[in-house]
Amino acid sequence: MGSTAHSTSDDPALTVDFVAEQATDEFQNLRKRHRSFVFPLAIGFLLWYFAYVLLADYAHDFMSTKVWGSINIGLILGLLQFVSTFGITTWYVSYANRKLDPAAEKIRSRLEGPLTKEEAAK
Amino acid sequence: MSALAAVPQLVPMAGLGAQMKDTAWVNILIFGLFVAITLVVVFRASRNNKTAADYYAAGRSFTGPQNGTAIAGDYLSAASFLGICGAIAINGYDGFLYSVGFLVAWLVALLLVAELLRNTGKFTMADVLSFRLKQRPVRIAAATTTLMVCFFYLLAQMAGAGGLVSLLLGLDSKDKLGQAVVIAVVGALMIVYVLIGGMKGTTWVQIIKAMLLIAGAAVMTFIVLAMHGFNLSTLLDAAVTKAGDGGAALLSPGKAYGATGTSKLDFISLALALVLGTAALPHVLMRFYTVPTAKEARRSVVWAIWLIGIFYLFTLVLGYGAGALIGSKEILAAPGGVNAAAPLLAFVIGGPVLLGFISAVAFATILAVVAGLTITAAASFAHDIYTNVIAKGEVNPKAEVKVARRTVVVIGIVAIGGGILANGQNVAFLVALAFAVAASANLPTILYSLFWKRFTTQGALWSMYGGLALAIILIAFSPVVSGNAKAMIPGADFAWFPLANPGLVSIPAAFVLGWLGTVLDKTKESRTLQAEMEVRSLTGVGAEKATPH
Repeated sequence: MGSTAHSTSDDPALTVDFVAEQATDEFQNLRKRHRSFVFPLAIGFLLWYFAYVLLADYAHDFMSTKVWGSINIGLILGLLQFVSTFGITTWYVSYANRKLDPAAEKIRSRLEGPLTKEEAAK
Repeated sequence: MSALAAVPQLVPMAGLGAQMKDTAWVNILIFGLFVAITLVVVFRASRNNKTAADYYAAGRSFTGPQNGTAIAGDYLSAASFLGICGAIAINGYDGFLYSVGFLVAWLVALLLVAELLRNTGKFTMADVLSFRLKQRPVRIAAATTTLMVCFFYLLAQMAGAGGLVSLLLGLDSKDKLGQAVVIAVVGALMIVYVLIGGMKGTTWVQIIKAMLLIAGAAVMTFIVLAMHGFNLSTLLDAAVTKAGDGGAALLSPGKAYGATGTSKLDFISLALALVLGTAALPHVLMRFYTVPTAKEARRSVVWAIWLIGIFYLFTLVLGYGAGALIGSKEILAAPGGVNAAAPLLAFVIGGPVLLGFISAVAFATILAVVAGLTITAAASFAHDIYTNVIAKGEVNPKAEVKVARRTVVVIGIVAIGGGILANGQNVAFLVALAFAVAASANLPTILYSLFWKRFTTQGALWSMYGGLALAIILIAFSPVVSGNAKAMIPGADFAWFPLANPGLVSIPAAFVLGWLGTVLDKTKESRTLQAEMEVRSLTGVGAEKATPH
């Protein structure tokens, strides 16, 4: 790469016909796999977070309902935000490892393949 | 974050505060040790700083776990440690709401930004935003928003440093000269770290600081829980009892934001800025370039999420612990006010040694965060403005790094001067403003250029400049700048915007502007570059590799 993101002169990617590559079923599948997972999940966690924010902001009595000792619904929902964040993280990583990385790796080695061997020979 | 606002100017020396003052030398000693160790590490790290990729991106040689720890070190500023502990101790549940927003925000980075950015960029946010749009205008806009966010964040940290001095080093809170000296020392140390160590040195400082901070908080959390039979409910009861009349309000939402309809809206505005701003903070984005692959970028975020999440769970215990063992009256009376909650708690449960450790960590925190901001701003100026705009790409990397290094010195001096001038001013809103500017000026363009094929240069410019201008104009006419006793300029009143955070208006507006600018744009962007960016972002073809040493 040159000093700008545009100039790809010393880059193996230059020889790639990206428009044709983008149109391949293989790439379109990867794109769909990625988007159909991250978009719903992103919308989902944002809705869940703002539901929590609105409850904390406007439903004080509900949030103050004590459940166990002095631990109330507000605290439990807040801690559940932590749990869901950790959970979504783990879920995404496992999905990416299983479904995204192998497909991406396949395309990358197909496009960069010759150069990688050349580099290995050096 | 707003907790930093509460550093009072004239506070009577309370009992605990005075006792803490006697052992200030322990704090200085431990902090000196931290500086000595990190300086050695920075010097060693600097040996391999040869190329631009070494200086800006640490040769892309950090592992995911290392970078994740550094991200935590970069992100957990003094505001989130001292500020959130204090906010929970004083305002109870509403302080906890900050932590939730600060953590959840990382999912935006994990799911939508980190890996794609790593695959398409080189050193800065502008690399990604200008990838398939018109280079010059988009780069200038992206560098402008980067520099603005860094400036606001940096100023808040430096001004806060002055306020913390009185608390941690036992200086008189009226001793403005002493505080100015400490701000200058912090700034000078920061310049040394960044100048010599570059991104590698900065990263190690952040890693060391993150480990110390999390370990210190873990020890304190364990002690506080042990004192309350490892029962959170018992701890909450103790905090309520200590608070006396009306103490039960500590456990319910609304103590800080529930007063009026406006304050409730204000909270939504803040929540929006926190959750959407994090993944668009330039100093966070730049960290993703320090790892060799997109997969390592993903691992970085995962590590960061776990470390930051666990840390915020500690602050919940520490905040209520400070409420239970010290009480809000004594906290507010101590030098440093709300920010004193965590250091006071350390003193009460662990004596001068734990206090010294926590104080030194708080200082190290400021140092690590300003170092991260400075290298980001310097990289953006040298790489985006100097090389790609002024010299039109005709610069060798050595000259570019030279410019970056000079920029570091200039930014350091500006930060010291700004910090001294802003010391004692009520500038805590600057951190919230930095998040709001990042969410309004950066995030829409990042998401549109990664995911929306049709997006054009005009859309990017409208969204970035529109979001930036709206956020700054609205904050200038908000109650944090004028119109009341707690404002930055209490004497004047030109506040017509009712909210303290502009996010609620500026973030949706910036998204709409990006869309509007695009659909009204008759020119089409390069089809080839769009295809290249999309293929590269998802597969990592042609992504910048680690530099071999």
